[in-house]
Amino acid sequence: MGDLALHVRDHLVLSGCALALALLAGVPLGALLARLGAGREVLLGAVNAARVVPSLAVLAVMLPLVGIGFAPALVALVLLAIPPIAINTDLGLRGVPAPIVDAARGLGMSPAQIRSRVEWPLALPVVFAGVRTATVEVIASATLAAFIGGGGLGEYIINGFASGDVAQQLEGAVLVAVLALGADALLGLLERRFQRADGSQPDWGRQPG
Amino acid sequence: MEKPGGASLRLHGVTVRYRGRAAVDGVDLDVAAGEFIVLLGPSGSGKSTLLRTINRLVLPDAGTIEIDGRDAAAEPPEALRRGIGYAIQAVGLFPHLSVARNIAVVPELLGWGQARIAARVEALLALVRLDPARYRDRYPRELSGGEQQRVGVARALAAEPRLLLMDEPFGAVDAIVRADLQEETLRIHRMLGTTILFVTHDVDEALRLADRIVVLKDGCIEQVGSPLNVLANPATDYVAALLDSKDAVRRLQLLNARDALRSATARPEMAKGDDWPRVTPQATLREVLSVLLGGASRTMVANDDEVLGSLSFDDVRAALARTEG
Repeated sequence: MGDLALHVRDHLVLSGCALALALLAGVPLGALLARLGAGREVLLGAVNAARVVPSLAVLAVMLPLVGIGFAPALVALVLLAIPPIAINTDLGLRGVPAPIVDAARGLGMSPAQIRSRVEWPLALPVVFAGVRTATVEVIASATLAAFIGGGGLGEYIINGFASGDVAQQLEGAVLVAVLALGADALLGLLERRFQRADGSQPDWGRQPG
Repeated sequence: MEKPGGASLRLHGVTVRYRGRAAVDGVDLDVAAGEFIVLLGPSGSGKSTLLRTINRLVLPDAGTIEIDGRDAAAEPPEALRRGIGYAIQAVGLFPHLSVARNIAVVPELLGWGQARIAARVEALLALVRLDPARYRDRYPRELSGGEQQRVGVARALAAEPRLLLMDEPFGAVDAIVRADLQEETLRIHRMLGTTILFVTHDVDEALRLADRIVVLKDGCIEQVGSPLNVLANPATDYVAALLDSKDAVRRLQLLNARDALRSATARPEMAKGDDWPRVTPQATLREVLSVLLGGASRTMVANDDEVLGSLSFDDVRAALARTEG
């Protein structure tokens, strides 16, 4: 069924691109949040507010700006994925206990060495948990892209809806769910793997995002 | 293990202000190479801040710090810190690094070769009495509090520093483990001759470890002296209250049977009662008192092959009285 492969591919390409861009934006944003003093609450509020804007609304706003197709869907999904990544990066970096940073300074690490050898490695599991949350959300929400010609598994749902074909709608929905849960399980495995590899079991655990 | 020896230290007029208030106020202190100095005071006395000026984790607003005659401010702070051992409570270990990697942090920063680092890690684990084969590859969370502290000390000593700063390093472990770690610290100090500055609010810890105690109050030095001297002759009411100087038992702990034998009634010829309990010359007078309270009229002080004399209650009291005035 070439149709299915095509839709799955579109769906994953769209999700993958959105996640990659969200990582590029969300991780630095989270790092900025963690280092901000007074302005932190304001920026955090803005990031949180972005989470509650429905993706469908973002699509509606994007349509006149970037037209239909892949681009507006991508923008909407990137905006959806940034908050969990940024918030967990912030949480992870701020969760590094102060005595550990103090010890790192006292032993003679430079600020750059403290970041690369201590703060980021310790924050990584929490950042990763945020990426995992974002991945599930993006794969599930990429369904919306079909509404504006962005392709993906949402096509089944829209076509099924238009033709009253409940089976087709269900097929699309189940496939999306399988993809999302599969990605979640895969990332979960990876998460445990690298936690074991470096031996750390961060006691702050997985944050829901 | 090679004996790297200790650095001398000279603080002159060291002052640190936080929001206009002096946390450390014009502190002058000379520390001889190889001395074990304990900075003692309650929280807020500035002891920890003072310690942290030495490796420039806190920058003094005024004053100079010389290590081995060189101005500490002349060196880049990172380079300075790599040359000074630094140990804090166990929570300061890096949880994502194995014991070996934790200990190797400073040697790695200094660019040592892998073979040299590995050998050094082995030697340090042996020094703090952790079996290298068992502990090398473990992670901090897999260790007990006492074991974590040992790793912390090993890490601080990794690059053979001549000066070691310890900031309440044993604050988070129970009393039995703490006594054990104190003993180990003294042993390592004797073995390596490292100059140690040790911060604590625990008076008994200070009395046990220090060559000299520096008593701090509101960022100023109240008194500097040997444990016995500070305890027996407190310079101010504050020092007397802090050390609870009237507590004679505390002082007895710092004196030993050999000291008390100088008393007039403790002549060797008095040591004739074979039924008297024996103590060694190194026994503290607190132990002697404990034996006397057990019912004996005198206790015999003897080595394996030689009787040195005997002690009564009066001798213990006289020895205590000699520490005053």
